[in-house]
Amino acid sequence: MAANPAYDPALDAPAEKQPLATRLMYLVRKQPLGAAGAFIVLIMVLSAIFAPVLSPYDPTANDFAAMAEAPSGAHWLGTDQFGRDLLTRIVFGARTALVVGFASALVGGIIGLVLGVASAYFGGRFDLLFQRVMDVFMAFPLIIMALAVVSIFGTGVQNVIIAITIPFIPRCARVVRSSALALREIPYIDAARACGYSHTRIILRHMVPNVMAPFLIMITAFVGQAILLEASLSYLGLGVQEPTPAWGLMLQGGAEEYAESAPWIAIFPGLAITLAVFGFNLFGDAVRDVLDPKLRSQ
Amino acid sequence: MATLLEVDNLQTQFLTSAGIVKAVDGISYDVEEGETVAIVGESGCGKSVGALSIMRLIPWPPGRIIGGAVRFQGKDLVKLSDAEMRHVRGKEIGMVFQEPMTSLNPVLTIGLQITETVRHHLGVTQEEADKRAIELLGLVGISEPERRLKQYPHHLSGGMRQRVMIALALSCEPKLIIADEPTTALDVTIQAQILELMKGLTRRLGVALIVITHNLGVVARYADRVNVMYAGKIVERGRAHDIYHRPSHPYTLALLKSVPRMDQPRKAKLDPVEGQPPDLTRLDEGCSFRPRCRFKVEHCEREFPPLNSVAPGHVAACFETARVVRLEKVAS
Repeated sequence: MAANPAYDPALDAPAEKQPLATRLMYLVRKQPLGAAGAFIVLIMVLSAIFAPVLSPYDPTANDFAAMAEAPSGAHWLGTDQFGRDLLTRIVFGARTALVVGFASALVGGIIGLVLGVASAYFGGRFDLLFQRVMDVFMAFPLIIMALAVVSIFGTGVQNVIIAITIPFIPRCARVVRSSALALREIPYIDAARACGYSHTRIILRHMVPNVMAPFLIMITAFVGQAILLEASLSYLGLGVQEPTPAWGLMLQGGAEEYAESAPWIAIFPGLAITLAVFGFNLFGDAVRDVLDPKLRSQ
Repeated sequence: MATLLEVDNLQTQFLTSAGIVKAVDGISYDVEEGETVAIVGESGCGKSVGALSIMRLIPWPPGRIIGGAVRFQGKDLVKLSDAEMRHVRGKEIGMVFQEPMTSLNPVLTIGLQITETVRHHLGVTQEEADKRAIELLGLVGISEPERRLKQYPHHLSGGMRQRVMIALALSCEPKLIIADEPTTALDVTIQAQILELMKGLTRRLGVALIVITHNLGVVARYADRVNVMYAGKIVERGRAHDIYHRPSHPYTLALLKSVPRMDQPRKAKLDPVEGQPPDLTRLDEGCSFRPRCRFKVEHCEREFPPLNSVAPGHVAACFETARVVRLEKVAS
């Protein structure tokens, strides 16, 4: 550290003594790509929250006087084949994407977290059996699994969340288990047992906080994946249904018929999906770099 | 004084691919209230397994207590349900582990780890638990206890962490503390401090202490009574003074001779215990120390010697006790 010519002692001082702005600047300088990702995510979150304020149009109102119009001063990104403002629909679509993304990543992640740690903690036959069940779930490709769930439960936002959550559980459980297995052998878990704590307490209070790093990395990656999955399912007609604004749905409506005459109908939602997934992936990579001691720079 | 803990013919085995390992093979000893009892032996002789068996912390699979009883204040701990056992652990019996660096959870504060135990067993409020934690940290000689409560284990040195572990073990006013090699991972000056602290506190608070160690110096100074273990069995038991001055089992004698002593000439050669400890999966009916023993007779092949009384309160598992004692007398 000291050998580094660009070393600035102010940056290495205890974080708690610095104002928030300084700490943020430090993170931006250390992880510029991650900061860019976080910025994209932040824009998305803000536009989802303030969607009604940001856009003057109703995302579901048809305007047959302005069908498939090119981008203009009135409609910045143009309109679709029903005359709905694309910018408005993309901004409102961010809501659907984020709700589905966060809900399924968090629910799937947390269930996977607890199951994975429990599996490692109990070990033996329970672990063996549980991991084989997880193997079965993992054997299905993500999208096939989600398709199966949607075809059982039907379409709609809630069912899309369930469909995306279920394939996430084994993936998270697997990663968390491998971290927890190493933890199981460390004496403080024995020490916790010697203090007379119950299994539940040891798992939730003593083991779960120790696997937070891989868990958070998984979660951020999951959100991006979930947004992509939701778009794919909606595009296939198995996800969110019209007239709810959703990016995948917008692609489905415009992509085939208007690809040549009004390409913006497909281009802008596609860009939104790309940008969102890109943002979450960048952010996730930065989180991993910060939290994973093996990748931490010297 | 009343008997607090009575270990009666305890047997713990491990099932491994190489066969059944009889890690603890029928040990019996007792601990009186407020007494310090040492369990001594070389690595792998079953002393830690014996202690973990008392707490029922042997992981199954592969380990299992297959017989015997552990009577603690009249209750047989081996027969308790898991829920009942959880009330004993931490509350009635505290435990101090070998590795202070890894015995505290790195993501929880010191205060939280102590108050969690206090609240869990005594059902007090967070404020009362905090007060108790500060009192405990003061008791084990940690400066600025209020500030330490908010610190994480990595802020503390090894010796300080072991003090925290002792505070944790004492937190619910247990009757007994089991210390499994409490000083092995510490450097020598800190070892003495920690041992003095444990001795002082247990005496003051009237807590009985089982010290598991391979350090005979620890035994001589801090223990009231000593159990010497070899290959899963207790081979000699007596008051610390008697064990030192009248070792009556060849193994104890060999152990004492293998340690450098201040009262011997500096040029005096050490006399190590020859050979290796036996493979615990293939013990026969004879004495397990016989391959390394200088006193062995034909009878040792056929039968494991029972614990014979050498003097009041002093027993040794050897047929040739008289010869061992005589030789020791000639030497000194």
